[in-house]
Amino acid sequence: MTARKTPVPTPVLEAVGVTRHFDVSGVLGRTQVVRAVENADLTLHRGEIVALVGESGSGKTTLARLLALFHPVTDGEIRLEGTVVRPGTKAAKAYHSSVQMIFQDPFGSLNSMRRVRHNIERALRLHGHAAASKAERRQQVLELLERVNLTPAEHFIDKLPHELSGGQRQRVVIARALAVRPSVLLGDEPISMLDVSIRLDMLNLLARLRDEDGLSLLYITHDIAGARYLADRVCVMYAGQLVESGPTEEVIQHPKHPYTRLLLESSPDPERLMNPELGSAFDRTVSPGEPPSLVSPPPGCRFHPRCPSARDECRRAFPGRTEFPSGQWTHCWLHGSGGNRLTAPSNTGDHQADQRR
Amino acid sequence: MNDSPRNDAPRDEVLLEVRNLTVEYVQPAPEPGVVACRDLTFDLHRGEILGVAGESGCGKSSLITALTRLQRMPAVTTDGEIWLHRDGGPPVDLVRLSERALRRLRWSEIAIVMQSAMDALNPVMRLGAQFADALREHHRGMNKKAAWARAAELVAMVGISPDRLRAYPHELSGGMRQRASIALALACEPALVVMDEPTTAVDVVMQRQILSQVLHMRARLGFAVVFVTHDLSLLLELADRIAIMYAGRVVEMGAARDLYSDPQHPYTRGLRDSFPPLFAPRQELHGIPGSPPSLTNPPPGCAFHPRCARRFEPCDDRTPLLMPRGGGHVACHLHSTAGNDAGPVPKEMSL
Repeated sequence: MTARKTPVPTPVLEAVGVTRHFDVSGVLGRTQVVRAVENADLTLHRGEIVALVGESGSGKTTLARLLALFHPVTDGEIRLEGTVVRPGTKAAKAYHSSVQMIFQDPFGSLNSMRRVRHNIERALRLHGHAAASKAERRQQVLELLERVNLTPAEHFIDKLPHELSGGQRQRVVIARALAVRPSVLLGDEPISMLDVSIRLDMLNLLARLRDEDGLSLLYITHDIAGARYLADRVCVMYAGQLVESGPTEEVIQHPKHPYTRLLLESSPDPERLMNPELGSAFDRTVSPGEPPSLVSPPPGCRFHPRCPSARDECRRAFPGRTEFPSGQWTHCWLHGSGGNRLTAPSNTGDHQADQRR
Repeated sequence: MNDSPRNDAPRDEVLLEVRNLTVEYVQPAPEPGVVACRDLTFDLHRGEILGVAGESGCGKSSLITALTRLQRMPAVTTDGEIWLHRDGGPPVDLVRLSERALRRLRWSEIAIVMQSAMDALNPVMRLGAQFADALREHHRGMNKKAAWARAAELVAMVGISPDRLRAYPHELSGGMRQRASIALALACEPALVVMDEPTTAVDVVMQRQILSQVLHMRARLGFAVVFVTHDLSLLLELADRIAIMYAGRVVEMGAARDLYSDPQHPYTRGLRDSFPPLFAPRQELHGIPGSPPSLTNPPPGCAFHPRCARRFEPCDDRTPLLMPRGGGHVACHLHSTAGNDAGPVPKEMSL
């Protein structure tokens, strides 16, 4: 079991009402606005792994890049330990010492001309953690390599990136991020380019860093089964909006938002072979449609054109947040008008969850 | 393997017999060629979905280009036969067929769906014109109007509105393009459709929808599918039978359900356990230690032995052969009585 007991409730990193619009030049030189992220709230606590799940183009990478201060926010705030941070400020440099990003492609994110030692030492030096003597620095690098299970570390320290397999390279990327001594890692699909048989050990490594070092991780993925394996909490994103969040098992077993349900129904699960009660998910006759354009998203809830339960109010306005005693919340008109009610009609959701099974 | 029991084949009639297929990537002399597929032998029945699963570099893509004769230098089929059985005709060996004769079989007997529909569709032709092109090539005398009408039927089968036939590929969404390329592959009602990771470029919701439509159309048209992917969890739900490839060889083959509930090869077991469950109780899982081997320098004996937890004496230097076991086949010394030249194993564990 990799998911841990309840983490201590001190938010390390927070996105509060974060919105990001991009200007792109459209046809005939007209500027169009891509509404990539709308009013997103995300909280990461110490020692907690939060998975951000959604389809490609749902804005999950943009949200991670906003949290990494790669882009300024259009609206809203990014807070580290309660302090608002903006890109380009002095506080931003300190911020980068606390928040490190791990990219999808381990082939592109290491300097291919330099040895592992140089790649890691550079991070140590830039963030002022490098020891004075060469021998001590070597020891620092060896310790970092051991932390990511690259053992014997002596064997790896003088390799060039191309001499390593994809999994080993991604471990070096993680070791380099750890060299900065961050409190938060932002992992953007960190395992999706690795071979299937080595993905799990990478997830186990991330879980260990959480358990042993109290690191926080935002784990961005399209694979909801992998998210369930690793994460304490799950956030589901659709077309730039966060539609549901909660403790992992609650969201998987009792999804409240119709989109979460669609995502779960669509994900592969060989258990369906053995358990006919789960039914074949291949007998779908109705087309569930496709995600909308973020240039001209549908009004109201952006999921309504694909939603089997869409009603009039869904087309008019984006619903407020409904909170549930289970710790889940969702933005969906099925669960009332929202507005932060704790006395949520949770039976609606459970009823639908039963229908799903 | 011809006489082996197959209790799960949906149809009995054999469509494709692959015998001892070996694909090499030739290198300038005196370097020996790199063997991407070695000694592959299997049958495919009419209307059956055969899944081929494996990690990068296991030879699954080389198998596909060999089956469809789409390989380019330096890839060469150096040994083996691929017999295609046609309705009302003698079987033909695709490996030795002339380009001219092969051209007649393409699309009408064998079609392919590529991973990226953007590469498979012509960017400067309207969708309908691409259908008409293929249809009129194989049905001489079909006029343009009839071809467009048939194209409308075909795209309707995959849930695309016929008015989209006038669109260019870039005007369609990724999911729609992939569905269109599946409909295009089915245009001349082939008996065999080879699919190379057809849904890796689309997300899970669209994947589910596309594959539902493939199953639906298979029920209607009766084509067989060779479906190649690294996503074993998807394949288990989709395929009738699955072949697991490792370092250029098939290490296990059997009914999807048997492979899931009782995998015989340690690699199959490891691969199955590399996919965390969606609803079943959570538990700590481990992948397979090490990484897949390089084909330029594969380990001796069983190629999986450096990563195998159950390795024993014969694994290091003797290559296990694919032998019948239960309802399927497995290439593993654990299941052979005398290593390499073992006879069929007693069926005490038959499924």
